[in-house]
Amino acid sequence: MRFQLIGVNHKSAPLDVRERLAIPESRLPDTCRDLTAYPGIEEGMVISTCNRVEIVTHTTNGSADLRGFLHQHFHLTADELDAHLYEFREKDAVRHIFRVASSLDSMVVGEAQILGQVKEAYATARAVGAVRSQLDQLFTRAFAVAKRVRSETAVGSSSVSIASVAVELAKKIFGTLEGKTVFIVGAGKMSELAARHLIAHGCESIFVSNRTYERAVGLAHKFKGQAIRFDDLYEQCDRADIVITSTGSPQAIFRREHGEQFLSRRKNKPMFFIDIAVPRDVSADMAKLDGIFTYDIDDLQQAVSTHVADRRKEAELAEAIITIEVERFEAKLHTLDVVPTIVSLQDHLETIRQAEIDRVRGRLGHMTPEQETALEALTRGIINKVMHTPITTLKTAAKESEATTIVDVVRRLFNLHEKEKEAAPAPEKKNQVGTRQ
Amino acid sequence: MSLLWLRFALACYFIGLVYAFVALTRTSDLFSRIALHAASLGMVFHFVSLVELFLSGQVVWASLHNGESLLAFFSMTFFMIIYAIYQTTSPGVVVFPIVFFLTFVAAIDQQPVLLTQYVSHKGWLVAHIILIFTGYAALLLSFGASLLYLLQEGRLKAKKSSSLTSFLPALEVIDQIGYRSLLLGFPFMTLGLLTGTILAASTYGRVDFLDPVFLLSLLMWAVYMLMVFTRWNSGWRGRRAAVLASFAFFAAIVAWAANYFSSIHRFAS
Repeated sequence: MRFQLIGVNHKSAPLDVRERLAIPESRLPDTCRDLTAYPGIEEGMVISTCNRVEIVTHTTNGSADLRGFLHQHFHLTADELDAHLYEFREKDAVRHIFRVASSLDSMVVGEAQILGQVKEAYATARAVGAVRSQLDQLFTRAFAVAKRVRSETAVGSSSVSIASVAVELAKKIFGTLEGKTVFIVGAGKMSELAARHLIAHGCESIFVSNRTYERAVGLAHKFKGQAIRFDDLYEQCDRADIVITSTGSPQAIFRREHGEQFLSRRKNKPMFFIDIAVPRDVSADMAKLDGIFTYDIDDLQQAVSTHVADRRKEAELAEAIITIEVERFEAKLHTLDVVPTIVSLQDHLETIRQAEIDRVRGRLGHMTPEQETALEALTRGIINKVMHTPITTLKTAAKESEATTIVDVVRRLFNLHEKEKEAAPAPEKKNQVGTRQ
Repeated sequence: MSLLWLRFALACYFIGLVYAFVALTRTSDLFSRIALHAASLGMVFHFVSLVELFLSGQVVWASLHNGESLLAFFSMTFFMIIYAIYQTTSPGVVVFPIVFFLTFVAAIDQQPVLLTQYVSHKGWLVAHIILIFTGYAALLLSFGASLLYLLQEGRLKAKKSSSLTSFLPALEVIDQIGYRSLLLGFPFMTLGLLTGTILAASTYGRVDFLDPVFLLSLLMWAVYMLMVFTRWNSGWRGRRAAVLASFAFFAAIVAWAANYFSSIHRFAS
């Protein structure tokens, strides 16, 4: 188990640091390729959401220089980055991935969105061949654990999504949301979710604007709203009381001068901007204007923190499940570790058996098919009986910490290293073992 | 006897005063309800006190301290109307301390009756007092609402999830309270000043335009009108509205204080 993970999340790094590390969806495949080409990394995958950027790897020796990769890839110095990084290895890395997939490490504990995001990251890395057997096993298990956590605890059902927090904040500004107008800028899933919540609480008119007009039309159609061309955004935006913005723009699209125009046209009626984009869509100087209220991803985290206590109990149950699952996964990986030895041992004894049969066949003379079958059964029976105890011992030891020692002893006793070297090609044989398991 | 009822009212308003201070640090529904009931009971005592005063047969409302008592009562009435509409006691944070102060000043002593010359214009006098005090009370509420607006706006901007934020109503509700109080108070204030001017003119045969009360009242009215206009025209809210409301309120207090050295309400012959 040589898993290694490095990253930043909403707890370890402020938004401006996360913004610099955020990897757009379009660049994820290339980043995965770069990762696997980096020295010491066998498999790699990148999870990049608005709350976290994590590099998950399986390494050749368990100590790849992942910090070096980040510095090189993002052109950041150690001073700028290292203080915000966390790093996990082996069992801790497994635990962390299970927690992330189960939404226990999320800004809003229990929210379901993260699982989908991890699945997308996994699919992207797998498509470019960056995820193979080891990470494949890890993430397949992580998805199963996440499913178990959701079905066996109430951590998901009592979740307070960012969307519902946004509704709560909107109510603090507007009181009732009856008759309020929502403007969605950037037709993302998160915006859609937030808009649904706002409509459920009384918002009536919906406008949607997106750089791809057709997507805006599609989303507007869903809400029976109106699509606005992106070029007309600044002309139309003041019609909205609540603006949900989540574009992929590298610069802020709403700046102070826009805010001033909106307020002037609205006769200073307040506007609420829910900025879920990373990097942010609303500039800091616009957010300072009287009458403009802006909440970005980090602010929403602040707002939801009050709800965290309510879910602590369920989260504790979920953590217990994670602990059990990490142990199981570890045991499973150890079992996998002994499988090559068992297969080598079987191959070795089978070779001896075949050699011995060939050697005595001449002396036995012509044998009827029945005799051939009896001879096969006899020799196989002996081999199986001889192998039974060592194999059982290996499988039992695999679940314990002494597995490596016992595997080593067995390999030495039967001289399996030498035998494997003789067998060619050795790497293919190893792969074959993996497949059999 | 009227003074005794007023002192009972003062004791009740004291609970409201404590509530105003507690509410700034933490939220308590129970305490909010207690303060509301105490304030209601205080209003009953207060009303009895005012009725007794009225039934005493003399026009004594224009005594400064009785005027303060009347203003406190009108302010509480406005507070209760707002509570009935918006189900929020938060304006009490501003209203309760002022009401307590006004009632306290009125309850410690009673001045001798000053308005013997006005007996012949009793109807005008009553109209003037009621109108002007209603205007004052509305202005007080509007001022209180603008302070609460600033407070809530500041909290929302600072993105703090404190108990105060949950105690305060939504920003738009506070805004409505302030604006509606402003709109409601303006005609009362205007008519109150007009009746006062007419009353002074009919009593003295002229209007002393240089009298401090007259000048300050005019200034207050001008700021009041400016507030209504800017709000209607440009939708001024938040800081700018609070500055104007504070200025108007300050002018109102000074105008009120000017009674102590003005000749208009001294009615010197």
